[in-house]
Amino acid sequence: MNKRQLKFYFPIFVLPTFAAFCIGFIYPFLHGVYLSFCKFKTTSDATWVGIQNYIDAFQDPSFLHAFAFTAVFTVVSVVLINVLAFTVAHVLTGGIKGANAFRTVFFMPNLIGGVILGYIWQLIFNGILQNWSTNIKLNSTFGFWGLIILLCWQQIGYMMIIYISGLNSIPESLYEAAKVDGATKWQTLRKVTLPMMMPSITICTFLSLTNSFKLFDQNLALTAGEPGLQVGGETIYQTEMLALNIYNTFYQNANTRGVGQAKAVVFFLLVAVIGLAQLYFTRKREVQQ
Amino acid sequence: MFKKNAIGKTITTIIMTLISVVYISPIFIVLMNSFKLKTSISASPFVLPGAESYVGLENYMRGITFGDYPFYKSVMYSIFITVFSTLAILLFTSMTAWYITRVDNKICRGIYYFCVFSMIVPFQMVMYTLSKTADTLNLSNPVGIIVVYLGFGAGLAVFMFCGFVKSIPLEIEEAANIDGCGPIRTFFGIVLPIMKPTLISVCILETMWIWNDYLLPYLVLDIKNYRTIPIHIQYLNGSYGQSDIGAIMALIVLSIIPIVVFYFTCQKHIIKGIMAGAVKG
Repeated sequence: MNKRQLKFYFPIFVLPTFAAFCIGFIYPFLHGVYLSFCKFKTTSDATWVGIQNYIDAFQDPSFLHAFAFTAVFTVVSVVLINVLAFTVAHVLTGGIKGANAFRTVFFMPNLIGGVILGYIWQLIFNGILQNWSTNIKLNSTFGFWGLIILLCWQQIGYMMIIYISGLNSIPESLYEAAKVDGATKWQTLRKVTLPMMMPSITICTFLSLTNSFKLFDQNLALTAGEPGLQVGGETIYQTEMLALNIYNTFYQNANTRGVGQAKAVVFFLLVAVIGLAQLYFTRKREVQQ
Repeated sequence: MFKKNAIGKTITTIIMTLISVVYISPIFIVLMNSFKLKTSISASPFVLPGAESYVGLENYMRGITFGDYPFYKSVMYSIFITVFSTLAILLFTSMTAWYITRVDNKICRGIYYFCVFSMIVPFQMVMYTLSKTADTLNLSNPVGIIVVYLGFGAGLAVFMFCGFVKSIPLEIEEAANIDGCGPIRTFFGIVLPIMKPTLISVCILETMWIWNDYLLPYLVLDIKNYRTIPIHIQYLNGSYGQSDIGAIMALIVLSIIPIVVFYFTCQKHIIKGIMAGAVKG
């Protein structure tokens, strides 16, 4: 295409997307960063307070609790999701009958939205727990594992699909070479399959890491942060994750919106740093194909 | 050796079948409970409906009229918003991606990097300011939210389309240019048809996202007048004190049905779409 001719078509090709992108992302993002340094109830009454909001955010015990909860939750769920998804993918590519049917079943929950998933599992967990006359909102241990089970159920299928396509792309000749060299099954898995699978592992850990860390809908629908525990005159919601904590800071008390926005900026930086660090570390272990 | 292997495979198949049954059971438990009496759902959720607890379609009838907002409206808005937002994203971002890849000047590269950047920003970062911006610009309705989705969803779409456009050989477009095609005809006549696989992948990813999205429409839309299915379900459970669990089960089933139909009709594309989307990492 003639570049000079094409240039004049900017208003047709780029402007609609660019305008929407400014409305839907760039302006709200920049405005959000600005507001994190302000005290405000609505966007029109913002007054500059410097880094006070950030200080308040880090002194808020509920935020720190949510951070710790989210961190532990993320570690456990990333490990479980990836180990289980890899195992399932490995079994399904081993040439068993009906592999496609199994794949269909395992992927299905992934299409259901977070809020609906939350209510499905609430019914199931409460149905089991009522035998001990308790429920998912009364005990934070149950809440934690409930969320883990829910997220595994939703995400294993998705990661499995990526792992299956990775496993299928490993050339058969490598396995034959390993066999000729007399490698055991375990050695083949560790020395051939895993190194060749590093690109898929990178993607899956990245996706599951950011998904778990940013979890909101499922958290809201399953436990809504319950149970609340009184600590020094303040209620700390035991299963409240970061995203839900930020949401509550915004919408339960209009006076703390500045703090909420500051928390959101911290949250964004955390997601960015953790995601990029993870990409960097797993990328390093990828082998040249 | 061969025999041992065959037995091993049969055992694996049996184990996988059992796991699959357990895996899919939550959906069946909800389905089963949607035909049961309210009180027997909460008392014994894992028991099949019996003569006493079976209520037929009563929960469904109650569910679609329950509360102060009719369910069919939520379904309509969900479909409308999902279909038109996805179409808008597909059309506009593919055009943008082609332009910025081909022109490739400083502004274009700037837009591209902003798009990549937007993919790692969590929604909580912009939720308040975005909903206020949408309010100010009168976008708090099912038509306006399409603009918001186009803006917030542009990052991933532009990124995926750019990756594909780079792999299209320039010669094809140059030939079209020599034959007298302007940029618009070149794009719609030649580039867009070539992009079909990526169009399908982006379509799947965006549809799944928008259909299931809860927080963005909840904050952007004027909730009194417009609701989507996830908002509807969340409302039923939250705001009516003693929530009607029978009606909720019925509505959950109704909201899963479109997803299951969608899944079985385009399973191949969905799985391809996921694999294409995964490469973005």
